[in-house]
Amino acid sequence: MGTSLHELSVTVNGQLRTLRVPPHHTLLRMLRDDLDLTGTKECCTEGECGACTVLLDGTAVDSCLVLAVEADGAELTTIEALADDEPLDPLQAAFVERGAVQCGFCIPGMIMTAKSLLADNPQPSRADVVEAVAGNLCRCGGYTFIVEAVLAAAEAER
Amino acid sequence: MTFAYHRPRTIDAFWDTLAGSPGGVQLLAGGTDVVVGLNKGTTVPAAVVDLKGLDVLRSDIAAVDGRLRVAALNVMSDLIRDERMRRHFPALVEAAAEVGSVQIRNRATLAGNICNASPAADTAPPLLVYGAMVKILGPTGDRSVPLRDFFAAPRVTVLEPGDVVTAIDLPFEPQPRGSAFLRVTRRRGFDLGTVSVSCLVARGEPARFAFGAVGPTPLLAVDESGVLGPEPGEPAAEGEAIERLLEVTSPISDVRGGREYRAAMLDALSRRVLARARERLERGAVGPG
Repeated sequence: MGTSLHELSVTVNGQLRTLRVPPHHTLLRMLRDDLDLTGTKECCTEGECGACTVLLDGTAVDSCLVLAVEADGAELTTIEALADDEPLDPLQAAFVERGAVQCGFCIPGMIMTAKSLLADNPQPSRADVVEAVAGNLCRCGGYTFIVEAVLAAAEAER
Repeated sequence: MTFAYHRPRTIDAFWDTLAGSPGGVQLLAGGTDVVVGLNKGTTVPAAVVDLKGLDVLRSDIAAVDGRLRVAALNVMSDLIRDERMRRHFPALVEAAAEVGSVQIRNRATLAGNICNASPAADTAPPLLVYGAMVKILGPTGDRSVPLRDFFAAPRVTVLEPGDVVTAIDLPFEPQPRGSAFLRVTRRRGFDLGTVSVSCLVARGEPARFAFGAVGPTPLLAVDESGVLGPEPGEPAAEGEAIERLLEVTSPISDVRGGREYRAAMLDALSRRVLARARERLERGAVGPG
């Protein structure tokens, strides 16, 4: 079939990475399996749940719906770009303080979507936040606290 | 299942790639439909040809010769943010805002939405009422096709092998007009529309309606009777006029809704979207800025 590995260069969380991937691997699979960045979660693989949300050139996308080869030359930001210890990112701190994390599976996607929202719109209304996270499912049903946490993070940054 | 991946940089390279790829070729723009199919194994191409390397498809939304031009690689989020789009083509902005989620709208292209040719494509009804033209570049030259002639059957367009949509043009109209889009869906944020309707009214012009997910392709219907004017008229006559327009539709039962439910929603949405379009005309609808 003439299929071969494609060499690609991506900047992931500020670090230039070069790797070889088959064309059918998604960006999600590349992040988790090739780069061991397992903070980005795999769930529906059809763009419905948002668990795999990352920033691709600063824009929130479902990494399950992007082929890794499409990201050649791009800049990626994943949940691992945030703090892994104190001092936390304002979004992380707000999610902890507001009790917005239950099982935690959807949280990396939620936080990356919220990051993208606050970058574009630093003082969102509640409706803006609800619309922004409409593509992120939380099966614990923690939406109320999640929305409050995003609003609190925006307030903290004011 | 794997496939060959190509990202041609010029249109000639694109045609060479197609010529050199016997077997199924899948064109790729935003990927929000294509990659779902690749992941599930329902799309099994020998080669995927990524269009994002083609400069001829890439441009900002621009006013050109009395038209607002959306380049093939513009995504739904570009449309929603564009002030001219919001001012002159609000029904299209409403439809683009209904597509998937933020993550999807950041990738999904307008051109991809129409090339996919789903009868339920959210953006098709407003594009139809605005008289959108599809600009196509093919091996024998370029041409422009009215969107109403672009859809051939479910998931089938009039595009020939080697053709690529380069842009979608929305003509500005001098007279004030009001337009709107409404849809019903099972779950906002993800699901396709169960029924969608767009409407455009202007003084001295017949009202235009377009319907999604209620026929083999998105459907345009023009009220030649003139009953559905810019001002509200006699309710019984208006009801009959809407009923006549809906004769173009042929709703079926599927996972998203029954035939009877769709028919009822078509009638309700048509009345509601007409009222909203009239309100917008009344409030001071716009011509070209």
